[in-house]
Amino acid sequence: MELKDLYREIVNEHNLHPSHKGDMEQPSMILNGVNPSCGDDIYLQLKLDENDMVVDGMFNGSGCAISQASADMMLDVIIGKSKDEALKLAETFMGMVRSTADPSEFEALEEAAALESIAHMPARVKCATLGWKTMQRMLRDGESETPVSTENE
Amino acid sequence: MLDVNAIRADFPILQDPRYVYFDNAATSQRPRQVLEAIDSFYRTTNANPLRGLYEWSVGATEAYEQARHTVAEHVNAKEDCEIIFVRNATEALNLVAYSYAMTNVQEGDEIVVTVLEHHSNLLPWQMVADAKKAKLIFLEPQEDGIITEEMLKSAITSKTKIVAMTMVSNVLGKVTPVANAAKLVHAAGAVLVLDGAQGVPHQAVDVQKLDCDFLSFSGHKMLGPMGIGALYAKKALLEKMPPFLRGGEMIEYVTRNSATYAELPHKFEAGTVNAADAVGMAAGIKYLQQVGFEEIEAQEQKLVSILLEGMKQLPYVQVYGPADAALHSGIVTFNIEGCHPHDISTVLDDEHIAIRAGHHCAQPLMEYLQEKCHMEFRATARASVYFYNTEEEAHRFIDAMGKIRKWLGF
Repeated sequence: MELKDLYREIVNEHNLHPSHKGDMEQPSMILNGVNPSCGDDIYLQLKLDENDMVVDGMFNGSGCAISQASADMMLDVIIGKSKDEALKLAETFMGMVRSTADPSEFEALEEAAALESIAHMPARVKCATLGWKTMQRMLRDGESETPVSTENE
Repeated sequence: MLDVNAIRADFPILQDPRYVYFDNAATSQRPRQVLEAIDSFYRTTNANPLRGLYEWSVGATEAYEQARHTVAEHVNAKEDCEIIFVRNATEALNLVAYSYAMTNVQEGDEIVVTVLEHHSNLLPWQMVADAKKAKLIFLEPQEDGIITEEMLKSAITSKTKIVAMTMVSNVLGKVTPVANAAKLVHAAGAVLVLDGAQGVPHQAVDVQKLDCDFLSFSGHKMLGPMGIGALYAKKALLEKMPPFLRGGEMIEYVTRNSATYAELPHKFEAGTVNAADAVGMAAGIKYLQQVGFEEIEAQEQKLVSILLEGMKQLPYVQVYGPADAALHSGIVTFNIEGCHPHDISTVLDDEHIAIRAGHHCAQPLMEYLQEKCHMEFRATARASVYFYNTEEEAHRFIDAMGKIRKWLGF
């Protein structure tokens, strides 16, 4: 997808009119993710049920359009998925933006698959991965209420 | 009048008319004269300088020392040995911190810096302050970025040992009180360290007139290659300073347990030197001299005026720094309401326009601007021109600026 089309058709909408931006009541986990070099800063909040299903999620914070839109699209796709499924999707997304994943798996990312062309913009990869990386730290490593950074990748 | 087209013909990378390069404060482009000087060094006289006793090595030494002479003359140093070749301005400032400051700063002393500084003129002083239990004193600018002589005066005390200040802010332009700084600093018995990385490429600099004790600058921001820069320092200070790096070619005599050091400037140039790039840096300086700094400043000012005028017509653009185009030194830093600087740079890149976006290695300044000027993000976009940029490019840039908010969904 051409760059300006990517913004026009996908990124701008999720950045300016996000579905999952705000604060939720009583999240099970909350974690701050930052990209110090650009000031991207998100608070990801997830609610998991007793079967480890992601039943709800929100993010708050500020940053570039790609970081904010990517977090919003991520929540679109992981809400309703199990913890393991969400982590598998994170692997796929990271692989996609680094050109190491199998394109046949991208469909599972739903709209987030539109960020595939970020792979051609190495300087923006960390913007796109901020939300996913923060989610990985929460669900995989059990981190909560501690800041994570995607710098130095 | 500058014949910009004739000048551009000298720059191989500027031949593709699709590209507008407005990131000159990060690094300039190089004319063929510089590329040829480096190439010619390797093709005709390459050998290890300062060591060999044969024709090529002698030639390499001569070329290297001639380059030093060109640099010394360019900033009006009294003697060539007051110019130390280093990798870049960052290394020059680290040399001053490790060698001069670590020897001369004591517990309780004060080091004055400004909030404007590039990290390279802040982190070395943080290191010294930490190691020596000295205090860092910060000069804070007015809202337009300007630091007045009065502000500097009131920051200097009897405890001040070093004042480290940029000549030209890489974000806001010419906003520091450079002209009379030395008088104030020396009256307190302190030394003045000027970071000339953004100053020396854009204006005629006379270290004797400035009376600064140290001046750092990089070759790559003034048409030279990457990996070479210079430190100017007063000879009397250099003589008393211990070496920064130790090893080959900076010694007189070495025994198992001791060494005496070579004379200036070689005491500060350990290991095989970067002679080819020093030659390239000198070729860049000669090119600048031929163009002339009056012409360079006039062209930059003309372009900055177009940018500032154009941005004034866009109500959602905020420009940082002084109102006067003459003080910008080619740098225009701005933000667009609702748009993150990284997104601005990404969509401009799609138009083949290169600008810088982010914190510009000046995070304390970003924090300061965020508070003072109510910036949405802790980052800005920066367009920076050099004398080879054209009015047409400036207009193209302003045209694109007018579309950014639409591209980003507003």
